[in-house]
Amino acid sequence: MKTILIVGAYSSIAEETAKVYAAQGNRLILWGRSEDRLKSVQQNLKVLGADDVHWFEIDLNNCADHAPLLEKTIQKAGNIDIALVAHGTLPDQSAVESDFSVIEEVIHTNFLTYASLLTALANYLEKQKRGTIAAISSVAADRGRKSNYIYGAAKAGASTFIDGLRGRMASFGVHVVNIKPGMVDTPMTAHLEKGALFAQPKVIATGIVSAISKKKHTVYLPGYWRLIMFITRSIPEFIFKKTNF
Amino acid sequence: MNRFQSWGRFPKAEQDIHAMRWKDGMLPDTGEKSVLPFGLGRSYGDSCLNNGQSLVETSGLNRFIAFDENAGTLCCEAGVPLDEILKLVVPKGWFLPTTPGTKFITVGGAIANDIHGKNHHVAGTFGCHVKAFELLRSDGSRTRCTPRTNSVLFKATIGGLGLTGLITWAEFRLKKINNAWIEMESIKFEGIGEFMKLSRESDQDWEYTVSWIDCAARGKAFARGIFMRGNHAPASVMSRKVHAEPKLTTPFNCPNMMLNSFSIKAFNTVYYSKQRAKKVRARTHYDPFFYPLDAVNEWNRIYGRRGFFQYQFVVPFEGGSETMEKILEKITVSKQGSFLSVIKTFGDKKSPGMLSFPKPGITLALDFPNRGKSTTQLFDDLDQIVDSAGGSVYPAKDARMSPDFFQKAYPQWEAFSEFIDPQFSSSFWRRVTAQA
Ligand SMILES: Cc1cc2nc3c(=O)[nH]c(=O)nc-3n(C[C@H](O)[C@H](O)[C@H](O)COP(=O)(O)OP(=O)(O)OC[C@H]3O[C@@H](n4cnc5c(N)ncnc54)[C@H](O)[C@@H]3O)c2cc1C
Ligand SMILES: NC(=O)c1ccc[n+]([C@@H]2O[C@H](COP(=O)([O-])OP(=O)(O)OC[C@H]3O[C@@H](n4cnc5c(N)ncnc54)[C@H](OP(=O)(O)O)[C@@H]3O)[C@@H](O)[C@H]2O)c1
Repeated sequence: MKTILIVGAYSSIAEETAKVYAAQGNRLILWGRSEDRLKSVQQNLKVLGADDVHWFEIDLNNCADHAPLLEKTIQKAGNIDIALVAHGTLPDQSAVESDFSVIEEVIHTNFLTYASLLTALANYLEKQKRGTIAAISSVAADRGRKSNYIYGAAKAGASTFIDGLRGRMASFGVHVVNIKPGMVDTPMTAHLEKGALFAQPKVIATGIVSAISKKKHTVYLPGYWRLIMFITRSIPEFIFKKTNF
Repeated sequence: MNRFQSWGRFPKAEQDIHAMRWKDGMLPDTGEKSVLPFGLGRSYGDSCLNNGQSLVETSGLNRFIAFDENAGTLCCEAGVPLDEILKLVVPKGWFLPTTPGTKFITVGGAIANDIHGKNHHVAGTFGCHVKAFELLRSDGSRTRCTPRTNSVLFKATIGGLGLTGLITWAEFRLKKINNAWIEMESIKFEGIGEFMKLSRESDQDWEYTVSWIDCAARGKAFARGIFMRGNHAPASVMSRKVHAEPKLTTPFNCPNMMLNSFSIKAFNTVYYSKQRAKKVRARTHYDPFFYPLDAVNEWNRIYGRRGFFQYQFVVPFEGGSETMEKILEKITVSKQGSFLSVIKTFGDKKSPGMLSFPKPGITLALDFPNRGKSTTQLFDDLDQIVDSAGGSVYPAKDARMSPDFFQKAYPQWEAFSEFIDPQFSSSFWRRVTAQA
């Protein structure tokens, strides 16, 4: 039995991942900002077989709360074996472009809160000398694109942070996984037309659990995104800048 | 592809879709437009459609709330599919209190159509096993309904076609089992008389009964079929293995001509002749026993773009055999009948549901490819026979019955309509309550 902390616990991707861990009989700790939703997820995970489920309410935008809540969590749970960090927001690009205050929010939620929380987690796991941090960035981090470069920039910041942290933690026996989902059918993308490349959150969840147990460094989920992003990165900029991605 | 269609893929409908993911959430604001909850769209006709209006998609209401493994009660959100329930409860020695011929329906859909299964003669409908649910109405109210508290709303909502409000969660009783297996017998019969005799003989000792009947054969073979009966296997069998995911998918809409009267007749003949002996005994997993059609995803697409109809009715026992023969005669002559026609007797266990379909008698369900006017004309003729026998047609399978016939067969419809949420409506309801 492992103790697994899930941050942004009722994101569709995170919730599906929590379900897999629950069915294996693990202990789960949920962080999120709505009590009702945390309770609904908690009840479900218990029925599915989780050994125990606790939750804590937090607005992750308040970075100052991260370290104290982590402390509280550890008091309650003992050690943390796996931490999955999954919260995020996908802004409407056209609304963001002209308004810096929205850009700031996007960068804050998708990058700075990751920097803050991953630091708190790292400082704790460093002492514990074992454990895994898995954090969700995105394929959007791989190349700046006209249609979502602000979200992409924030995710790229998070992605670089995650990769660098892996190096720092390596000598402490702590593993760090960078998870890069492609397009996933979740509330975040509810407004988008669903093409053939969209995956179900359940599929991503299975990929996350497997990447964590196999100690992967960076995973593209589903796997075919590795190839798509390889090609995307290879397109010369003088052509790429004219595309509508 | 538009996922928000009914299983028969007829009629076509366009709706605004709003997702509901949290049981504590509010109904979406749909402005002037009416709403209707949508489960997994396994209803055949237009009872799960709201053309030109809006649907509330409930597949995100997919969480369990509590499972009492000792008492055998399950509480879950209304969008949980029966398929997920089986995965949870079978390994713990429990089963659904009753189940339709597919496991891909939601708990909300099971209540709203007050579905029946092969054990209707002993267990009644799904609604007979519901202990409580919460109803969310457009005025924002949340009402906990049980057979005792808010019992009128409870009765109106069971079989209430999604019109009384949105069920957010429900609690119901499960059935104790030893393992995942069914001991079954299939017995060939010739004619309705023999079918009735087998039904009467089996009702006592067999929990599940259902028959396949050949609706293409004429002359001596008329109304031949295979009677299937089953019981949960005894404790000596150990395995509680759950079902696997379907492996096959119908890859495209088949051309309409694939289903002609020749292929239908050939299929029926092969199906009947596959079993050589008069009686065969077998032990089978619950999945092929209850859900043979679930093995192929989207099998409804074999009927092509024009879609298909299912016609299901019940007629009382009194004079029922003669009515059944008359109807089968008509279908056989029309050469429109389908691959799988299913016949069963309903028992007298009364459902709390106000508008529920099942009542004591004989029920027959058949698929018909949509051939336009000739098909609907045949249904109108069948309606007349069903009507004069005092029977009714199942709303969950209907796309075309007339307001007159509906209102005659369900005289309680007016009393029921008092409980309809003013913001809720459906294509079906507008159709069957239209002024003639
Ligand atoms: C292969 C097959 C075999 C079948 N066999 C049987 C059978 O043996 N016996 C039988 O009775 N039926 C049978 N059916 C029909 C099916 O069981 C019913 O139509 C069932 O109601 C479908 O449920 P659904 O979740 O797909 O709901 P939908 O078809 O999407 O909706 C059905 C109704 O439920 C309402 N509804 C859905 N969710 C809610 C909610 N949360 N709150 C309030 N209302 C809600 C909808 O508004 C609609 O009126 C069969 C269907 C198929 C495809
Ligand atoms: N969906 C995709 O196509 C896709 C692709 C690549 C990467 N991703 C990434 O995958 C992760 C999960 O996303 P998802 O697709 O599962 O979307 P989702 O279901 O919309 O989940 C996003 C979650 O983040 C939470 N959140 C946002 N800001 C928060 C804050 N300040 N405090 C607390 N919680 C906050 C939200 O909670 P509230 O509901 O309370 O706001 C919500 O539960 C995200 O990091 C996303 O960027 C998604």
